[in-house]
Amino acid sequence: MRRSTPSLLPTRTRGPRLAAAALAALAVVAAGGCGARVDSAGSAGAASSSAENADCVDTSGDTVKIGFLNSLSGTMAISEQTVHDSLQLAAKEINADGGVLGKQLEIVTEDGQSEPTVFAEKATKLITDDCVAAVFGGWTSASRKAMLPVFESQDALLFYPVQYEGLESSPNIFYTGATTNQQIVPALDYLAEQGTTSLFLVGSDYVFPRTANKIINAYARAHGIEIVGEEYAPLGHTDFSTIVNKVKASGADAVFNTLNGDSNVAFFKEYSNAGLGADEMPVLSVSIAEEEVGGIGVQNVEGQLTAWNYYQTVDTPENAAFVEAFQAEYGDDRVTSDPMEAAYVSLHLWQQMVEKADSFAVDDVVAAADGVSYDAPEGTVVVDGDNHHISKTSLVGEIGDDGLIHPVWTSEEPIEPDPYLEGYDWAEDLG
Amino acid sequence: MDTLLPQLFAGLSLGSVLLLAALGLALTFGQMGVINMAHGEFMMAGAYTAFVVQGLLGDPGASLLVALPLGFVVGGVLGLVLEATLVHRMYHRPLDTLLVTWGVALLLQQVARDVFGAPNIDVAAPGWLSGAVTVAGVALPKTRLFILALAVVCVAALAFALRATPLGRRIRAVVQNRDLAEASGISSRGTDRMTFFIGSGLAGVAGVALTLLGSIGPTLGTHYIVDAFLVVVAGGIGQIKGTVVAATALGLMQAFFEYSTTASVAKVLVFVVVIAFLQVRPQGLVTVRTRSLA
Amino acid sequence: MTQRLTALLAPGRTRALAGFALAAVVLFAVAPVLLSPFRLGLLAKFLCLAMVAVGIGLAWGRGGLLTLGQGVYFGLGAYVMAMHLKLADAGPGGVPDFMSLYGTGEVPWWWEPMRSPVATVALVILVPALLAGVLGWAVFTRRVRGAYFAILSQALAAAFAILLVGQQQTTGGTNGLNGFRSFFGYDLADPVNQRMLYLVAAGVLLAMVLVARQLMVSRFGELLVAVRDAEDRVRFLGYDPAVAKTTVYVVAAVMAAVGGALFVPVVGIVSPADVGVVPSIGFLVGVAIGGRATLLGPVLGAIAVSWAQTSISEQFPSGWIYFQGALFVGVVAFLPGGLASLLGRRRRRGRGDAAPAPEEPETTAPPSPVPAGAHTGRTAQGRQP
Repeated sequence: MRRSTPSLLPTRTRGPRLAAAALAALAVVAAGGCGARVDSAGSAGAASSSAENADCVDTSGDTVKIGFLNSLSGTMAISEQTVHDSLQLAAKEINADGGVLGKQLEIVTEDGQSEPTVFAEKATKLITDDCVAAVFGGWTSASRKAMLPVFESQDALLFYPVQYEGLESSPNIFYTGATTNQQIVPALDYLAEQGTTSLFLVGSDYVFPRTANKIINAYARAHGIEIVGEEYAPLGHTDFSTIVNKVKASGADAVFNTLNGDSNVAFFKEYSNAGLGADEMPVLSVSIAEEEVGGIGVQNVEGQLTAWNYYQTVDTPENAAFVEAFQAEYGDDRVTSDPMEAAYVSLHLWQQMVEKADSFAVDDVVAAADGVSYDAPEGTVVVDGDNHHISKTSLVGEIGDDGLIHPVWTSEEPIEPDPYLEGYDWAEDLG
Repeated sequence: MDTLLPQLFAGLSLGSVLLLAALGLALTFGQMGVINMAHGEFMMAGAYTAFVVQGLLGDPGASLLVALPLGFVVGGVLGLVLEATLVHRMYHRPLDTLLVTWGVALLLQQVARDVFGAPNIDVAAPGWLSGAVTVAGVALPKTRLFILALAVVCVAALAFALRATPLGRRIRAVVQNRDLAEASGISSRGTDRMTFFIGSGLAGVAGVALTLLGSIGPTLGTHYIVDAFLVVVAGGIGQIKGTVVAATALGLMQAFFEYSTTASVAKVLVFVVVIAFLQVRPQGLVTVRTRSLA
Repeated sequence: MTQRLTALLAPGRTRALAGFALAAVVLFAVAPVLLSPFRLGLLAKFLCLAMVAVGIGLAWGRGGLLTLGQGVYFGLGAYVMAMHLKLADAGPGGVPDFMSLYGTGEVPWWWEPMRSPVATVALVILVPALLAGVLGWAVFTRRVRGAYFAILSQALAAAFAILLVGQQQTTGGTNGLNGFRSFFGYDLADPVNQRMLYLVAAGVLLAMVLVARQLMVSRFGELLVAVRDAEDRVRFLGYDPAVAKTTVYVVAAVMAAVGGALFVPVVGIVSPADVGVVPSIGFLVGVAIGGRATLLGPVLGAIAVSWAQTSISEQFPSGWIYFQGALFVGVVAFLPGGLASLLGRRRRRGRGDAAPAPEEPETTAPPSPVPAGAHTGRTAQGRQP
């Protein structure tokens, strides 16, 4: 067991001087290497000139590549796998129908690993290495924000399928989930109609809930609703007894819930254990879809409200076909939810845009986007060419004992997307 | 006044959850010097045990009562396997044990994901635990009372086992002087294994209890492991009472900080308090006087 | 081949210089020619992660400090740099987009210094150095060590990530900071500048390796190893172990921070997901696999693991987790010196030399006063000549 010295006591040398010299030489090499080539100093902010990737998309054969970028591992895999499944279903249907402009879709799948940096990295790979015509995916705001600069600087296309906090419209992104005026504002309209005069806001501590609550506060001020509390739980928070105590003590008419994922389970179990339910103090959630109800336990959320633009129970022929096709592909026990439908729709919308433009080129597709419509499971949706969102009908639903969500209120007509809430007087001070 | 009592209960209840999570750790880390990062995943295994048992038996009440001892066995057996394959080679390398068990934790999470699927699942609470008991105008959820009682039972059982059984005597002997214990005819290998079995089994019990409160998913353990270690470190090592006091204190702090600020700030404050506390008492709350230099 | 690789891994003089020259040629001449711009960008990211690994190699491999919280320092460097880029994009007196979206539309005073490029570079180094210095000194003089220190550093990482998420108005919350357009005036979208960033990262990493080597062969390096292997004896000899430990902790923190600062322009984003508990432990994986106590083991390990993660996970997302987990467990449990020790062992066998490669720091302080007696007794006995 004798520890010999040589490896621990290396010979001492004139190392420092040698090393310093080597380092200096390196620095010179590095500086020279880049100094000579930099040609765009100070040109920050200008759109990039590196749009040659438009040529990189290969449309010469009888296939065309598209990218699916969802988290298949990590904490978000729970949700994003379902979106991935419905994207695959849409691609399969389109290919069976003869493809897009006669070309079969060739899917390149990448795993976002639930990390924003990986989303940015994989998006770059899909665009520059795989040369895909468009990318479909993303879920969290963080992943979208991380990918946005990539798509803008590479002038590529992203279709983002999840309801989100609004206040964004990138020329390189199409948003097929709801923006705030298609989900949160109608939900508030519904609560106001029901005579709600005081609200408690519970959310996870991240961008969507905070932005949503900012909007809710502005709405409440203008409509005489009192916000009696506003609480945020860190993502992954597991103990909701304090927050539920605060909710209970507040005596609010209703709770507006923007909690994300796992936290809903702990929150609703605590909520019903504390003797609260849909009758005492209804909770309106904007992040609980059919997929999540099973994990929370139906008995804990029965009778509670949700706001979305699509439910599995929506009564349209397109939806009947969608649900049937999905369950035939993935099993009868699977449910369909709003983000899944929005993802399914996004691929079909892209197909419509490409066929209208008669081109896969990003600029042509974007130019053709305005007015493109599709008979989606949720009803007919139309793309707004200015802000790249789509019109959607808002639905408030009640969670039933069958684990499905049944609409109890609808906006009747599709609502035009307004990501910056410019059409609402009370929202003037926002963003 | 309206809020003091409910928060007191919330704090005690959170403390009992932390205690359940930390008790097994206190045993393996405190008494054996082994830092088991897979402890959280043993909790996860206990939680999935409850799920499987409920799937087989159906009745939530009966399955909870079956799942508690079964969760102990499942957690314990996992612990035994870990001890026998990896940990026993590394008793003299505590920091490496930490890393190895972290790797094992990653693997166990992925196994859970592949076996049970990534989505979270729900275990129904028995009917006799739904609702709340009202005491002095404060509604105390029955599930939380149950967990509080369970924590008390576990502590009592562990204390009894360590003090009054032959096994407990052997464990204490090995901890205090391994060489002398071996010289007196105690099998230190066997004792180590039993300690690890009990410690990991307690994690399984904690996992079963957690199904009453929240979601069960592959990452269940990661939500608790940092807090549980803080409890053990703050409580001091080698004594159960330190763990009990530290868990209660941390639970109460979290509850009251959270009430007056927000959940995020409260969590950070608790961390800061623990770090500052260790400045004052580097060996934790309860220390055993020894001649060691540490 | 084995000979040459081994040369890279051991801190001998000529061999180290030869290895250093080889590394420089590979990084500056070979990689930029062979790799596509996308892959080169990835390599630049891995080099930034490798900078953290160099620091961990020093603190953990040499100093025996298992720091599970390097994400904090990585994050400090990254956020300081990211905020500078945001403020620079916003222009003089301007407000970054996310602050007007989510916050009050005002830049808080503590971000103001980041408007200046000079102050930014200074703060990238000073902020983490100061935090590590204060924290390290407080902790090490109180003789908090071994597992206690590991758990504390992990709690620090957890608290830091929660804090970043909670302060959305000023830190961007879970979204983190992203959407940078320029880096000290250079357009980040320009491929030429992306290559320049890669070269900068490569140069900085090589410089760090040099610094690490100098520290390893210096008196300080010897003291460090002594503190790792027998802290009490060092104290009895009249040295203060806390000084050596704090110093190496600060050096490691600064290296992590510089890695973080370069990570930001290279990757284009930093978010709490890059700095919390899991990424902090993740930094250790490559170090452990490569060989924690060697000079280049941590660097090569970190680069190789990141590279494998990216390329393997492209094909098999879940298979990668099994592979990485199993490799990590296997190496730490059965090959504490990392893969570097395999090479070292073969070489020694060839030379008939019995000198061991740096072994794992086996006498990191036992965590408990009670087993302390038992364990130190046993290990001390084991180490008798």
